[in-house]
Formats: sequence, structure tokens, C-alpha cells
Amino acid sequence: MSLIIDGLSWLLLMCGAFLGISGAVGTVRFPDFYTRVHASSVADTLCAALIILGLILQAGFSLVSVKLIFILAFLWYTSPAASHAMVRAAHFMNVKPYLLNKGKPPSKP
Amino acid sequence: MSLYLRVLTVGLVCFWLLLSGFWYKPLILILGLFSVALTAYLAMRIERVYSLRSVTKIFIRVPLYMVWVSWEVVKTTLDVVKRIWLPKRYPISPTLANVPMTQQTRLGKTIYANSITLTPGTVSVRFEQDGKLLVHALTADSMDDLKAGGMDSRVSDLEE
Repeated sequence: MSLIIDGLSWLLLMCGAFLGISGAVGTVRFPDFYTRVHASSVADTLCAALIILGLILQAGFSLVSVKLIFILAFLWYTSPAASHAMVRAAHFMNVKPYLLNKGKPPSKP
Repeated sequence: MSLYLRVLTVGLVCFWLLLSGFWYKPLILILGLFSVALTAYLAMRIERVYSLRSVTKIFIRVPLYMVWVSWEVVKTTLDVVKRIWLPKRYPISPTLANVPMTQQTRLGKTIYANSITLTPGTVSVRFEQDGKLLVHALTADSMDDLKAGGMDSRVSDLEE
């Protein structure tokens, strides 16, 4: 039984690490600021969730895993506020996005 | 006492007990009671009228919505990861557009904008004057999904 739980938790941790690396690669690879925020939000959300789920499986049924669930909940509540603040600041500083459809003009701040 | 204040107090007491772990020391319990009262007072100063009015909304609909948003996060994350590693086969098409939003209350608007930002691939940029939301999306497809309004109607069902 402990073998199954260990294996599952390792699988979750490795998937989370892969998503974190993907976020880093995307941050380098994408063309402009706005698209890079999308890449880093991969690392904000599902990467953190998978790593914390793996750690919960390691911690077992205890107060520690309850605290890990709280960490995950607060991370998911607050990380959108952080990325929204960055994107909003960039928008107000007139950072021009790289857009595919040049036809529709974005609204001026 | 309003429903909101009761739910808030019970939730904060449970949260404090689970975080501290000291359930049998009177001094620490009294200090915890004080901090719960202070937090509830501050929360009432921020928003006195809560827009989720009934118990079923708070304890059934909101968790269901959280599960649905988590599933959306999984799907959109896979999409973005595909576009990170295989940019030739799955090209990006960044889009900036206004998305209509039907929520009436501040809380509903916040939940909607936060859910948009939480799912990778879409970021809410700013509220427009005419009740629309300026959204930057990584692909035109995810922008079309937003404009189809599935998430919008789900959040509007939560409030009222």
C-alpha cells in the first residue's frame, strides 16, 4: 500500500516539476510580455497544485496535509491578483502587445 | 446576526483551530478568539453585504464551481504546455479583446476576472466603462471560448 502511495506521489511531483520547467521555457520562448505572463501562470497554478498534492500524499492524514491544502487554496486565490497587477501595470505603461490580428485596435488606457 | 457573519465566524474559528493545532490550552484559545473577532470586524468593514445569499449557494454551488474551474485549469494548462514545447505545430495567436460580462455585484465581477486570470492562456487586463472586461488571450481559440460565455453564465448563476 505504501508503495502505491509513494509511486503516485512521485508521479505527481515529477509532473509538477515538468510543468515548472515548461513555464520557465515558455517564459524564455514566447515573444512579448503578455504572452510570457501566460507561460508563468502555468507554473503558478497546476505546477504548484501537483507538487502540493504529491506532498499531501507523503504527509498522510495529519494537520500538515490540512496546512498544505490551505497553502494551495491561498496560492490559487492570490496568484491571479499578482499576474493581473503585472499585466495591468504593463497596459497602463503602454507596453504594446504582439498581436496576430492587427485589425482590431485595443482600447487606449 | 446575518448569515454572512455567522458563516464567516464559524469558518474563521475552524481555520484558526486547524492552523494552530493547540486545542487544549485556554490562553491560546482566548487569543485565537480575539484574533477571530478582529478579523471578522475587519471583513465586515470591507464588505457589509455579501452577494451569495443562501447556504446552498455558499456550501454547494461555490465548491462545485471550484471543481469546474480546476478542471478548466487542467485543460488550458495542457493547451499552453503544447504551445510551449511544439510551437511549430501549435502556433500561438495572441488576441486582445473586450469580453462582455453579465455579473451585477462586485463579488461576482471579482470572481469572474479572477477565474479568467487563474486559467493559463487568458489574463484579464482591465475593467472597461461599459461593463466589459479587456482580456488578453494566448490563442484566438481560448478567446472564442470565453466569448461563448460558459464561465460567465456559471459565475452569474452563483450570485444574485
